[in-house]
Amino acid sequence: MTIAALFFYLYAAVACASAFMVIAARNPVHSVLFLILTFVSAAALFVLLGAEFLAMILVVVYVGAVAVLFLFVVMMLDVDFAELRQGFLQYLPVGALVGVIFLVELVLVLGTWAVAPEAMRAIQAPIPPLDQVSNTQAIGRVLYTTYVHYFQLAGVVLLVAMIGAIVLTLRHKENVKRQDVGRQIARTRAMSVELKKVEPGQGI
Amino acid sequence: MTALIQDYLPIVVFLAVAAAIGLALMAAPFFVAYKAPDAEKLSAYECGFNAFDDARMKFDVRFYLVAILFIIFDLEVAFLFPWAITLGELGTFGFWSMMVFLAVLTIGFIYEWRKGALEWD
Repeated sequence: MTIAALFFYLYAAVACASAFMVIAARNPVHSVLFLILTFVSAAALFVLLGAEFLAMILVVVYVGAVAVLFLFVVMMLDVDFAELRQGFLQYLPVGALVGVIFLVELVLVLGTWAVAPEAMRAIQAPIPPLDQVSNTQAIGRVLYTTYVHYFQLAGVVLLVAMIGAIVLTLRHKENVKRQDVGRQIARTRAMSVELKKVEPGQGI
Repeated sequence: MTALIQDYLPIVVFLAVAAAIGLALMAAPFFVAYKAPDAEKLSAYECGFNAFDDARMKFDVRFYLVAILFIIFDLEVAFLFPWAITLGELGTFGFWSMMVFLAVLTIGFIYEWRKGALEWD
């Protein structure tokens, strides 16, 4: 057994164990921390496959951003988790039924799986050997030209996510005084100060 | 392939050292530290108040919005890295495909700026 295989089994075991702990941990914050461990192990598996870029993106995007978002949600939830677990036995039959249906579907899909012979050639062809072209370079060569449609679709998906998040969550409070630098600078002395000539004994 | 994995040897060594130090620091108190637990040691100190509320209070959803907007621009930058490396061989088409991608996201950026999503009131 080579060193690479040894590390594969190490990280695969850590990934499976921590993925199990995500659903088994009692404290949801611990679940998120185990999820981060799963992400890091998956990144290590990507490195073992030679997909360096994907591994680093997984760490930057999922560990750095998505996990933080999950932590926000978990900490934001105003839920008593002990109370949520009360009805476990009550929901067990329905949950078991759904699980069995999923299992049957998985077995049906995997049982009738057939790999097209040209599919293997299609995925093997465009990958240049690793000692000539680095992983990131190989992605860059095809992503922006051959797969331009998917690339642009990714941009549109990001735009939709951005607009959707703003539409759903942005509520400006009423009667909040905001600083408008342009108005402050454009203001002149004549607009704000007025000199009145007051006659003695008459008031304004 | 093996050359690539050999490049990551320092990281593996680093992880092993970090795990060893972390586990040692966590395990040492169990063996070394003097233990005399007392309920009074965990109570609020002198004139401090006892906790009267749960830590799980409702946050402003605005924190969440900032995090989502951060992720989106994080992904945008992630797309820039392979493009920057291969820019020399991509030619005009590859250059302009990235410019269109950036333009689409700039539309979103202008939208969020004009809506005041980046401001805190």
